[in-house]
Amino acid sequence: MQFIQQFINGVHVGSIYALIALGYTMVYGIVKLINFAHGEIMMLGAYVGFFAIGLWGLPFPLALLVAMVFSALLGVVIERIAYKPLRNAPRISALITAIGMSLLLQNIALVLFGPDPQKMPAVISKEAIHLGSIQISYLTIVTLVLAVGFMILLELFIKRTKTGKAMRAVSQDKAASTLMGIDVNRIISVTFAIGSALGALGGVLYAVAYPQVEPYMGIMPGLKAFVAAVLGGIGSIPGAMIGGFILGIMESLTKGYISSQWSDAVVFGVLILVLLIKPSGLLGKNTREKV
Amino acid sequence: MTEKRKRLVINISLILSVYVILFVLIKLKVINRYYEGIMIACLINVILATSLNLATGFLGQLALGHAGFMAVGAYTAAIVTKTIGMPGTLQLLISLVIGGIAAGAMGVVIGIPALRLRGDYLAIITLGFGEIIRVMLFNLDITGGARGLRGIPKLAGFNVVFWVCVLVVAVLYAVTHSKQGRAIMSIREDEIAAEAVGIPTVNYKLLGFVLAAFFAGVGGGLYAHYMTVLDPKTFNFMRSVEILVIVVLGGMGSLTGSIIAAVGLTILPEALRSFSEYRLLLYSALLIVMMIFKPGGILGQREFSVQGLLKRLKKPVVEGGEE
Amino acid sequence: MSLLSCKDIGISFGGLKAVDGFSIDINQKELVGLIGPNGAGKTTIFNMMTGVYLPTEGDIQLDGKTLVGKKPYDIVQMGAARTFQNIRLFRDLTVIDNVKIALHHEIDYGLFAGIIRGKKYDRAEEKAQVEAMELLKIFEMEEYAEQKAKNLPYGKQRKLEIARALATNPKVLLLDEPAAGMNPQETQELMDTIHFIRDHFQIAVLLIEHDMNLVMGICERLIVIDYGKIIAKGTPEEIRSNEEVIGAYLGS
Repeated sequence: MQFIQQFINGVHVGSIYALIALGYTMVYGIVKLINFAHGEIMMLGAYVGFFAIGLWGLPFPLALLVAMVFSALLGVVIERIAYKPLRNAPRISALITAIGMSLLLQNIALVLFGPDPQKMPAVISKEAIHLGSIQISYLTIVTLVLAVGFMILLELFIKRTKTGKAMRAVSQDKAASTLMGIDVNRIISVTFAIGSALGALGGVLYAVAYPQVEPYMGIMPGLKAFVAAVLGGIGSIPGAMIGGFILGIMESLTKGYISSQWSDAVVFGVLILVLLIKPSGLLGKNTREKV
Repeated sequence: MTEKRKRLVINISLILSVYVILFVLIKLKVINRYYEGIMIACLINVILATSLNLATGFLGQLALGHAGFMAVGAYTAAIVTKTIGMPGTLQLLISLVIGGIAAGAMGVVIGIPALRLRGDYLAIITLGFGEIIRVMLFNLDITGGARGLRGIPKLAGFNVVFWVCVLVVAVLYAVTHSKQGRAIMSIREDEIAAEAVGIPTVNYKLLGFVLAAFFAGVGGGLYAHYMTVLDPKTFNFMRSVEILVIVVLGGMGSLTGSIIAAVGLTILPEALRSFSEYRLLLYSALLIVMMIFKPGGILGQREFSVQGLLKRLKKPVVEGGEE
Repeated sequence: MSLLSCKDIGISFGGLKAVDGFSIDINQKELVGLIGPNGAGKTTIFNMMTGVYLPTEGDIQLDGKTLVGKKPYDIVQMGAARTFQNIRLFRDLTVIDNVKIALHHEIDYGLFAGIIRGKKYDRAEEKAQVEAMELLKIFEMEEYAEQKAKNLPYGKQRKLEIARALATNPKVLLLDEPAAGMNPQETQELMDTIHFIRDHFQIAVLLIEHDMNLVMGICERLIVIDYGKIIAKGTPEEIRSNEEVIGAYLGS
């Protein structure tokens, strides 16, 4: 029974990781950049959600929307200011800039909101449905429904819409896409917007689950979501979803059966193992550099 | 080679005079305890930054776990000293070497899987490694857990730190100016081309990475024996980033740039104590602005030298092909 | 026995046969041209010969030793050096360092000696300096020795890449479209240089080109491929009048 309970907890946190991982994988797929600032975009989204609920008294769905729109804009602005000038620079420069951006946002949050965690109001009932000795909280259900719902929307968007097709084209070949009349800059902006909005969704759900917000809250979930993206195969959207769930479940089981202190070490151990055995991840494609 | 000898003489006399001046100032108490502490912090940062520069600036691999290697060196050296317990500098040197070897061995363990992969994965793996090290420091008995490791004999003072720092920089300079150094730089420039002219790239990536880890371990060992207390919190991701900022600011691929930036960025926050809340804000903004507007850092890939400076002062030459 | 021989090599990418049943024998000091339209598989053949790609079938031998499964850097040491279609120099390093890197295995000292910088280091480095300058002289590039490679004019960059390949002391030199992007006069000069290299260093040269006319003048033998398969072999004269070759180029 304990196993199933831990499994359910894992699915809960895993769906949040999956949402955040989508942002990493989409951005990587298009501009080949690990957006280190993604965890901080998620953190700021969570803060906006926190203010929307606690300060402005907005209902939960509206607060979610506000947080997602805010983060989408933030993601676009960050790309325009910091990443776009470096699109043709060596990869290491863009990577360092992304790290800089991550720290900058963290410290802005630190200056604006102070270092202390603030309690997230309980917007979703903590009550649970009992199935025999197993409990499933409403929060878990809401989280799961939202996460899966948005993943389906994303999948439809990418497969069915013109913009979605253009995104896939840009991820294949930027130059050729430009020649086909695709506005590559716009597509990159859209990618950052969607990825960041999903990150904010994950952030608010994370803040509701642990109920608090703090400036450093983006670091660990951000890193873990990145590991999830690599595990699933970076650049692959279904990969990020699967990777997120696997990672969440694995983490939850480690906490339940081994030790909660070591769970972070286990996560990174998994990363190193994946990269050793199958660097392209579960669903990733092997790419080779053209010589 | 008279040119080489001349340069050697100039550099040695320069280093000696800096040493003598600082030594005398300390003895005359013009430099008090507090300033001496800042100086030692500068020197340790020089070791960390120049060694990271070998991996990131010269080899071109973004490593984000330098604080982890520093921690391995620091804890290993401290534990060695506490167990053996010989008095004095000999013990320190033994501990430093063992600490460096432990960090280097860790570099091999991380490097073999990570260096086979593309560059950005190395960044993540080293970052993950740094986190694993931190979790271990917090949870193992031998490292003293969250309370930290206490009671390390204070074996490192200004003298030792200064000369170890000089030695480390000299070795790194020699390595980067040898055929091994050229092989390392060729990997940064174009890995496929390096292979195509016969450079065993895997070996040289590992060499650059492991040497960087080794010297980070040595730097950590010095830190342990100067501080006498090790707190696991100090070896976090932020510490790694701070070292990276120094390297980027000074210029990736310039050892002298790292030295200048290490001294500058160690003194600056001390000078602006009241500003300390904004230090990381400043660092991160600096990192972004540098990358966008001056990705080469202060010195680019050039090295600062007295001769070069003199030559420039004598006749202002128009530099061809500056970055 | 031939110096470099490929026996029925082939490779497929995702089910698509990029090269199929390719065989070639190159003798000592021979100058051979490998020609074909764009996308015919020429560079892929080079990539298999130099260990960048692993052929899915067939065998490649240099001096009787197989190259299949060897790392690119081992193949260089065995005696096959190459250049790239899209120039790959060490752009931020000086011209002379570009050459010295290729002299890596000639320069004889270990890491420790490199750190000590003693007599052994001095002697080896001095020797490398002389050798590198000699190579640059052949290409009339001594005066550029201390410049960064990226600041060289285009034609000189191509030449530097050849000089760098020669520094590895190869038995066979594989040149991938060395004249790409050059004007007719530069091209003619380059072809003369290639001829000179073959005579001076007494090595075999295999030259990729998609423009047939360029190689007609200097190659003794030509191999024409299209869609990954050999469609003709022979002297330039024979190739010039081959129906199939004309078809491949004109698109019959």
